[in-house]
Amino acid sequence: MSEYYRGGFLEDTWVYINDDAPVPETGNVIVSLTRWRAGGACFSDLQGQVGVFVEPDDVFHEHTDRLSKLSLVSLSFPKFSDGRGYSQARMLREQLGFEGEIRGRGEILLDQIPLMMRCGIDAFEVCHEPTIAALKSEALPGIMHTYQSPVNDRFGRLRRWRGQIQG
Amino acid sequence: MYRYDEFDQAFVEERCRQFRDQVERRLKGDISEDQFKPLRLQNGLYLQLHAYMLRVAVPYGVLSARQLRKLGEIARRFDRGFGHFTTRQNIQFNWIKLEEAPDILDELARVGMHAIQTSGNCIRNTTTDPFAGVAIDEIEDPRVWAEIIRQWSTIHPEFLFLPRKFKIAITGAAEDRAAIAFHDIGIRIVMGKEGRSEFSIYVGGGQGRTPVVASLIRPFLKKEQLLSYLEAILRVYNLHGRRDNLYKSRIKILVKALGIEEFKRQVDEEWEKLDKPSIDLPIEEYERIAAYFEPVNLQAAPIQNEQVTAREKADPAFAAFKRNNVFAHRVPGHVSVAIALKEPGKIPGDASADQMDAVAELAERFGHDEIRVTYSQNLVLPNIALSDLVAVYDGLVAAGLCSANFELISDIIACPGLDYCNLANARAIPIAQDIAKRFGEQKKAEDIGPLRFNISGCINACGHHHSGNIGILGVDKKGTEHYQITLGGSPGDDASIGSILGPSFPAEDLPEAIETIVAIYLEKRENPKESFLATYRRIGKEPFKDALYNPNALNSGGQSDALEEV
Repeated sequence: MSEYYRGGFLEDTWVYINDDAPVPETGNVIVSLTRWRAGGACFSDLQGQVGVFVEPDDVFHEHTDRLSKLSLVSLSFPKFSDGRGYSQARMLREQLGFEGEIRGRGEILLDQIPLMMRCGIDAFEVCHEPTIAALKSEALPGIMHTYQSPVNDRFGRLRRWRGQIQG
Repeated sequence: MYRYDEFDQAFVEERCRQFRDQVERRLKGDISEDQFKPLRLQNGLYLQLHAYMLRVAVPYGVLSARQLRKLGEIARRFDRGFGHFTTRQNIQFNWIKLEEAPDILDELARVGMHAIQTSGNCIRNTTTDPFAGVAIDEIEDPRVWAEIIRQWSTIHPEFLFLPRKFKIAITGAAEDRAAIAFHDIGIRIVMGKEGRSEFSIYVGGGQGRTPVVASLIRPFLKKEQLLSYLEAILRVYNLHGRRDNLYKSRIKILVKALGIEEFKRQVDEEWEKLDKPSIDLPIEEYERIAAYFEPVNLQAAPIQNEQVTAREKADPAFAAFKRNNVFAHRVPGHVSVAIALKEPGKIPGDASADQMDAVAELAERFGHDEIRVTYSQNLVLPNIALSDLVAVYDGLVAAGLCSANFELISDIIACPGLDYCNLANARAIPIAQDIAKRFGEQKKAEDIGPLRFNISGCINACGHHHSGNIGILGVDKKGTEHYQITLGGSPGDDASIGSILGPSFPAEDLPEAIETIVAIYLEKRENPKESFLATYRRIGKEPFKDALYNPNALNSGGQSDALEEV
């Protein structure tokens, strides 16, 4: 079973299911947003949880009430320079009130993790070896002082602008 | 001006430590050049033709004497004794060693400076009017909001990996001296309906391969809603701007593709959903920042000064300097002094470490400790008592900074070109030097009058040739450097994009061609007060085109149209 990072490295109980593969009867599955939207009843037999895999060009305009109640959304970062997932994470947290796990997946580098956390992403599937090594050996290289109101307050000490975050 | 408090200082020191660690990881090989690139770029470090270049942020172009001295010290210790001021009101150092870059950032942090977001696909330095706070035509000082935007955009976690770079400019004066129409977002302080100042917001302007004049997206925006509105624009751009083609990824392309109405609808829809109170600035924070920009306490004084008048009579060079480089100030008996970094024959925008020290000293002694960097790659001492003008001038003469050509034809904006930049097709600096020398004679230059002259070494247009009254673009023509001429661009209130005149010229023929264009202007202008731009707009490009490409037609009595058809 693979590992992912959420404060420390944890065993991953979630499995990605391709659109053309059948949904298993047990276990936690992550399916594409398209399949989940279309799926409805076909997940009703599942003995486990459903998470959704969101592509950078997916838009959250349908079923937002149901979406916001899922326990996991996985956001894709096909390249480290593709920043769309940062906006999607904030929209999930701030506009849909999503409280489950938001995962970042793809080309994610060490220095980006603190930024992603500030946008509300709280778990990371990291494949870059030096990043994995750094995460295992040392603290995150983030900046504690932030000029913006963080979505997720556990990383930044808030600028006096809004001042409710403790370090 | 704004001063770092403990928070800002702690922030920038953290950033320095982070960057030092990133450089170490790069030097160890933990991260590849590809992965290091976005990290170094967000700290202003470029890899150029011969060395690393470090671009240091000068927020909205405002410097204290201490900061300018530090830049001089960096030029001496880490570069070859020079710095180069840019159109983004920043400064860049062209001969930097990667392993020394963290030390430079530490030095900068000691005077409340950094290089954060001076490059990379993120929000860059916000620029403004170099006469902000002192101009007589000002509605409100834009620096307060430029500083607010600086803080809001600094390591904004959502907007560090945008499709492409993002530039914001703000002006608070009647005359736009910040080229807001050529920015991704342009902000203008205007008088609102209820006698309160508000913002007009423009979006989608830019230069580069596809020059576009920005569109008005919101004529009136309440000032306290600025940050959430900017955030809505940035989010729509971040999600929907093109990422498949580097040259189509600026916001101007998205705005054009959607049309301003649809773009505005999407922005409004997003803005509606934003949690505005968590984004917009609380009033107390606005007041805290605004307090730093309280006007310098100057006593009104007589608008005539005997010493100045006597010197004007006795010294034609001083008189020329006063005519061209000295500007009215909101407080009578005071002036703003423009320092043209455009001594004919020198590199436009360059200043030596000694010159930086000299300007810093003048600012300390006479200028209330403030210096501005201008969009046109010059410096300004905004607060000078008229009674000190002679002393300031003499100080500038001693430093070799007394060129009386501010905004004249030899005050050329130029990119570094092929001498430094690995994107360039052609050199820009020698062309600028040559043109400036040709028009270096004071009487001739003043007779020609205000003329914006811009040179870009390639289509990326860093020398803003599209907005030059005369613009020069370096192109590669079968392996040789050629130059295309555009006429009629303007960066100001009447913003326009220059129009290409015709086939390009080799470097050796270019100065002659410029002489011809200027000669046509002098011949055709209705009176000496009609500027080059006004004349061009009245008569169009044909007379210039004929003179350059069809000289015989011109000589035979204006039958150019007939001949052209042959």
